[in-house]
Amino acid sequence: MSIGAGLQRKLRSKSGAGLLLISPPALYAAALLAVPLGAVLIMSFWTQTGIRDFDMTLTLAHYREAFADPLYRQLLLRSLGIAGAVTVVTVVLAFPVAYFVSFHVAPNRKALWIFLITIPFWTSYLIRVFLWKVILGFNGVVNSGLQGIGLIDEPLSFLLYNVNAVVITLAHAYAPFAILPIYVALEKIDRSLLEAAQDLGENAVMRFLRVTLPLALPGVLAAILIVFIPTIGDYVTPRLVGGPDGLMIANMIHTLFLRLNNAPLGAALSVIAMITVAIAALALMLLTRWITTGGKR
Amino acid sequence: MKARGLRAYVWVYLIFLYAPIVLLPLFAFNSGSVIAFPLADFTTKWFVELSRISALHAAVRTSLFIAVVSAVLATTLGVFAAMASTRARFPGQRGIMGFIMLPLVLPEIIVAVALLVVILRLGLGTGTWAVIAGHVLICTPFTIAILRAAFASLDASLEEAAQDLGESRLATFRLVTLPLVIPGIISALLISFTISMDEFIIAFFLTGTEPTLPVYLWSMLRFPQQLPAVMALGTILVVLSVLLITVAEYFRRRGIARAGGQDSGGFL
Repeated sequence: MSIGAGLQRKLRSKSGAGLLLISPPALYAAALLAVPLGAVLIMSFWTQTGIRDFDMTLTLAHYREAFADPLYRQLLLRSLGIAGAVTVVTVVLAFPVAYFVSFHVAPNRKALWIFLITIPFWTSYLIRVFLWKVILGFNGVVNSGLQGIGLIDEPLSFLLYNVNAVVITLAHAYAPFAILPIYVALEKIDRSLLEAAQDLGENAVMRFLRVTLPLALPGVLAAILIVFIPTIGDYVTPRLVGGPDGLMIANMIHTLFLRLNNAPLGAALSVIAMITVAIAALALMLLTRWITTGGKR
Repeated sequence: MKARGLRAYVWVYLIFLYAPIVLLPLFAFNSGSVIAFPLADFTTKWFVELSRISALHAAVRTSLFIAVVSAVLATTLGVFAAMASTRARFPGQRGIMGFIMLPLVLPEIIVAVALLVVILRLGLGTGTWAVIAGHVLICTPFTIAILRAAFASLDASLEEAAQDLGESRLATFRLVTLPLVIPGIISALLISFTISMDEFIIAFFLTGTEPTLPVYLWSMLRFPQQLPAVMALGTILVVLSVLLITVAEYFRRRGIARAGGQDSGGFL
């Protein structure tokens, strides 16, 4: 009786009600995310002996193999390199677009523009990636177009089945992820600060460099993070347009799990990929905090 | 002057964004059996061919089932989380919310691998329910983002007024809160449905003998003679998802407007 009453009081309190409300999604995430991620970590120390049989003696062998074998090391470094290149290209291309929508579009049409930018993102990912193969291919749109104008005689072969193609395709796929956070940061900028800079005699370029850009930086860093993390684990794009030299770590993880029956090594590579992502995320978040608090002092 | 250069750049960027989608119908209605220029004659035969592939129809049914169930579950979880994060303060709030939102930034292959490991260890079979489990996980953060906006722009004094007038918590939710946030809920359902219908990598790892539409599409991509039909299928998918997203955007805006908030634009 008193326990029931205590529980009721607890539930009526603000924090009790909050905990009660949050428990279904939190428990779901715990059961289907935290536990499985823990299982991946544990499995990465095991050895697979059959299709569903494991030797559960803990061993570091897979981590040694992942770092020592040039194949895995190369795949890891290439995934990092491609994700880094995609991030730089995507964010640099996206910034002017976000700037345009925030500063040069009438307020009542901004939502429409943002909607226009996000529409391609909601269409079939597989089909979009495949179409880049069509665009960049030997008889593709770019080659037949350039030949049509007479700029080139032979189709360009460096467009498809290499790292470039992966970077272009991923920069397309993650465009809205870069535009939106930058746009949100630009929208938050108090326009009177820009007027003040102008009144104090800054020209347009200096005003941009000394006022707009620093204030937009949190958005830029968020964009970097939100593009870098998923691209490092992308499977479809390297497989379709990457060719043999454009494969990434996710392709290897898939092969190890579903083709070679070496789940523990696949798990070890997954853990390494996750740790890499976590380190990158942490570094960027610290940088963001350092910049934003440094600005306010 | 500077603005004009910027405007030109933005248009070029939009062409870059829309290039694949614009090309899709060109090849879907092209009678040539190779996906390349120059185009041959106009045809609708690839759409007719689609109607004959029964394995494709089965994949569509599987995907529809998975998407509907995932959308309902993810939106239900999203309502709880959005209410908790906008209405209440509790210990560990930031950490718990951050963890629930984590799949938004986790590479999808990691989610796929993690669920596969558990399924392998528990001796369960892969299949439709495994895919649903994964899709609910990745859709929930999107529903939370949409619903949080809907709940945040809702005036809490309306709910307090209902409770002061003697309505129970549950009745208040049903009579006051729900009608005001229903556009947000519809929007969250549609977005989750769209994400689940299109999701490939988790389904690729966890699907059993019944492939989802993207997994079936992936297998079609390996056969050059099936590519024109893929273009036709892609055209249908693009038209449908643009329709769905437009409807979702309409409800999202109406939800924010109904609750008296200002539109900040965009889902994310």
